Amino acid sequence: MGLILDIIGGLLLVGGASFLLFGGLGLVRMPDIYNRIQAGAKTTTLGTLLTLAGAACLQPAWGWKLLLIGVFLIFTNPVSAQVLANTAHRRGAEKSPLTKIDRLAEDQEGKA
Amino acid sequence: MISKGISGKGRNTAIMFATLMLFWLMLNGKLEADILIVGALVALVIAVLYRDGLSFFTEFRFTPAAFIAGFGYYGYFFKELFKSNIKLAAIVLSPSLPVKPAIVKVRTKLKTRMGRLMLANSITLTPGTLTVEMEGEWLYVHWVRMEADAIEEATARIVSGFESYLEVMYG
Repeated sequence: MGLILDIIGGLLLVGGASFLLFGGLGLVRMPDIYNRIQAGAKTTTLGTLLTLAGAACLQPAWGWKLLLIGVFLIFTNPVSAQVLANTAHRRGAEKSPLTKIDRLAEDQEGKA
Repeated sequence: MISKGISGKGRNTAIMFATLMLFWLMLNGKLEADILIVGALVALVIAVLYRDGLSFFTEFRFTPAAFIAGFGYYGYFFKELFKSNIKLAAIVLSPSLPVKPAIVKVRTKLKTRMGRLMLANSITLTPGTLTVEMEGEWLYVHWVRMEADAIEEATARIVSGFESYLEVMYG
């Protein structure tokens, strides 16, 4: 039983680490800040959750605390991404030339 | 924002208190008298001071249907989170970097603060979308890969999946 849990935990850790790697790659490759935030927010959430799940398999006694960390992560990670994106847009951060539609900018111009 | 009469504030405080106690007990991992007393005191002070704040069950409808929708919501949420990561990995790993960004506008039916917060968060963690701004019932969503035809329908699909669950949970 212990061995099986160890193997599952190890696999989860590797899975989490690879998603985090893709996130890091996304930060480098994506064209503008919004796309980078997207890459960062999604992969760190799932990557960290899988890492926590892996840790829970290796150390079942930590289960509740790891679950609590996971809950906080799910709620706070997207909020930080949204605040970053919102601030970037307010300050007029550069958008990738590929961006075709920006309804938010259109609506704000309409008001001003 | 939502007034439920005099009971609204008391209900909010009670929910906040229960949530804080639950977290405190999970963090400690044991039920002993001194831990319970300290936790109850601190949780009470925080709950009274921040009764207008949002916590996980603020504005939650404590009905059986809401709990079932809650489980459905998390099942759907994790499925979408997984899909979004796979999709992102595919974009990042493909040499041509096939992105087609756009910021689109989408309307929500949800009325409560917590319901809208959960919707915005869910959008951020699902395939290719990121909430940038929220104004009343309008959400502005950044899209990594816009679907060229039928933008209106496609944007409606961004929210509809989560909305059906959140409507039952928070309204």
